[in-house]
Amino acid sequence: MLSARQKKDPARVAKAPRKTAPAKKPASPKRAPAKPKPVVHSTGGLKAPIYKATKEEMLDFYEQMLLIRRFEEKAGQLYGLGLIGGFCHLYIGQEAVVTGLQTAINPGKDSVITGYRDHGHMLACGIDPNIVMAELTGRASGISKGKGGSMHMFSVEHGFYGGHGIVGAQVSLGTGLAFAHKYKEDGGVCLAYFGDGASNQGQVYESFNMAELWQLPVIFVIENNQYAMGTSVNRSSAEDQLYRRGESFRIPGVQVDGMDVLAVRGAVEEVLKDVRGGGGPVLMELKTYRYRGHSMSDPAKYRSRDEVQDVREKSDPIERLKAALLKKGVKEEDLKALDKKVRKTVMEAADFAEESPEPDLSELYTNVLVEQY
Amino acid sequence: MAIELKMPALSPTMEEGTLAKWFVKEGDAVTSGDILAEIETDKATMEFEAIDEGVITKILVAEGTDEVAVGTVIAEMAGEDEEADSDTEEKPPESEDTKETAEPAAAEEAKPEIMEAAPPAPISRADDPSVPEGTSMVSLSVREALRDAMAEEMRKDETVFVMGEEVAEYQGAYKVTQGLLEEFGGKRVIDTPITEHGFAGIGAGAAMGGLKPIVEFMTFNFAMQAIDQIINSAAKTNYMSGGQMRCPVVFRGPNGAASRVGAQHSQNYGPWYASVPGLIVIAPYDAADAKGLLKAAIQTPDPVVFLENELLYGRSFDVPELDDYTLPIGKARIIREGSDVTIVSYSIGVGLALEAADSLAGEGIEAEVIDLRTLRPLDTETVLKSLAKTNRMVVAEEGWPTCSIASEIIALCMERGFDDLDAPVTRVTNEDVPLPYAANLEKAALIDSARIIEAVKKVCYR
Repeated sequence: MLSARQKKDPARVAKAPRKTAPAKKPASPKRAPAKPKPVVHSTGGLKAPIYKATKEEMLDFYEQMLLIRRFEEKAGQLYGLGLIGGFCHLYIGQEAVVTGLQTAINPGKDSVITGYRDHGHMLACGIDPNIVMAELTGRASGISKGKGGSMHMFSVEHGFYGGHGIVGAQVSLGTGLAFAHKYKEDGGVCLAYFGDGASNQGQVYESFNMAELWQLPVIFVIENNQYAMGTSVNRSSAEDQLYRRGESFRIPGVQVDGMDVLAVRGAVEEVLKDVRGGGGPVLMELKTYRYRGHSMSDPAKYRSRDEVQDVREKSDPIERLKAALLKKGVKEEDLKALDKKVRKTVMEAADFAEESPEPDLSELYTNVLVEQY
Repeated sequence: MAIELKMPALSPTMEEGTLAKWFVKEGDAVTSGDILAEIETDKATMEFEAIDEGVITKILVAEGTDEVAVGTVIAEMAGEDEEADSDTEEKPPESEDTKETAEPAAAEEAKPEIMEAAPPAPISRADDPSVPEGTSMVSLSVREALRDAMAEEMRKDETVFVMGEEVAEYQGAYKVTQGLLEEFGGKRVIDTPITEHGFAGIGAGAAMGGLKPIVEFMTFNFAMQAIDQIINSAAKTNYMSGGQMRCPVVFRGPNGAASRVGAQHSQNYGPWYASVPGLIVIAPYDAADAKGLLKAAIQTPDPVVFLENELLYGRSFDVPELDDYTLPIGKARIIREGSDVTIVSYSIGVGLALEAADSLAGEGIEAEVIDLRTLRPLDTETVLKSLAKTNRMVVAEEGWPTCSIASEIIALCMERGFDDLDAPVTRVTNEDVPLPYAANLEKAALIDSARIIEAVKKVCYR
């Protein structure tokens, strides 16, 4: 991720910040001069530094990833039982991405926005699994009172701004959240998550342009799970090295192994330093994989079972961290106890979601507008 | 043969302008590309260049002259092959003289043009009940009223900012944001690249993040590129979040037909946005409403689509001199009282409806004119009350007929006012075609007061 020279010389990070704050001065008619060398350089080949986590941190990551995994497995079951309707996009396989990123930011100060595969992000933001699951089952106690569903959930309190169903729309909205951080000078950073599919939408590039032009504190997070619904990245993308997609806007990009939570965390630590320091946007491509179909109704005929099995066996993010934890001397039974705890949480969430009443019919007409006119 | 230099039309809607400055005097030789004069319109100050080579022989309109109609001969020049008039060459008249002789000439020439081109004067308005009696009035153009509304709200609330194409350094493509950059600086008045989809999303996102953005579209025709963000992001989020996430953004800009700009730049999006739950849609007619309603739009926590009209920008109306003049959203206004028939309209159609009503009064038909002002939520009570009074209704709309606001008003009258109807509700709209470019075709396609008069007579069985 960083060049070897820079890694050895952390002072450089402070000495050579990228140009900041041109938003204050009216745009000059002439092209702005090339800015000083960025701290973060575009790097492919998954060269992110590995985060040096303490045992406690690793256990925390493990528990968070496990919670997402078990929650999504349960959601899949409830879908099969007809308790969850419509579209339901599971995050299984991608847990390391959101866990690595969300544990690095400041909840309440930074903002997070993503697309419709959003359950994992909400759990990683610390939102109560009960009200997330109850939203999936369309109940009054759901986080959106049952009016949003799987794809449309929000928690302003947790800095989670959705939960958006239109592919790519969250990238412009997230850029707007970053605009608000800069405008309010609140020191916040926006993490705008999107997939490899969204990375071909036009408004993504419109947003890249303005984010760099105005040096907005935004991290564009591409969760490259290899398939935009049924179309693989190389069948849909002329430049399939997605970390390079910001190049013509002078946005540096880093490519990270999104199946390794410590690599994700290591990468984002560096990126955050840069973005928080006023260095403008950075793009991260997290190479990851979803085990399930695009949504519950996707038979996933576009890839072989072997391919999925291979990833599960060789790169599963939870298994990888488990192995690292065991190597660190954590006992197998301690991990089992964690799993038990997580299963209990998820069971309770499912029970809560099943038992909660449906929204009152009067809710049909509320929240259309804020004011009465 | 002398070449006549005429007052140029510098924009599709320009009807007259001020000859601010001459850069040449009589007797000067000019070549093509030389700047001859500076002309001010209500939108911009432009330089007027020579097209031909030759010598300026006569200056007919002195600098500083206002209201010079487009097409007025402002100077004459001799072409390169001919000698300039020897008189002029020897003794160029003093500028004082020029002024004296030129002005009346110009005014005389201009008159017929102005008569034909000038917009109808605002007429016979019922007093606005929201303005206290004795309030003093100031004449403002719609453009100035909109600018004042934004400036007042920006002074009050630090989180209000304006973004859009050419809103800052250029002072607004239609000069609506003139002076805002100077007062509020580049942090709050932001030029965007030409990228509607992106900046509409950024505006909506900034609103979700706690700011109050005013997003200007150069025209609403371009907002079609951004309509996903307006509808799917701005309008629906409050509902989808169970009421916890606000999106207090104002999308504003000119809407509807302008003048001779063809099909892609001439469309009324009122009915489109008015069909979307979660949006407020406002389309004011006069300057007072433009100001009072834009202020309301900026203040409300709901997302607003604020539809202006380019042809109205330059028209002046009385605006109450009141601190913080804010009008209620969702309230129509009876702009002219009458007893025989109701004409319902909004935006530029209101002017045509008033014109028609005045003409009809001469024939003994007293028309009540309702300006809807807000298209969503629609003030159905005012419409139905007026119908109950007059029992006849015509809806006048500068827009297509199918699935229009007029269709909605007709449905409303059928559902909730059927017993009050003495005649079928009739609509007068643009023709159901993309707007053509040719002057005669454009005129034929657009709503006018004659058609409203005809429709009113029909429902009055006259």
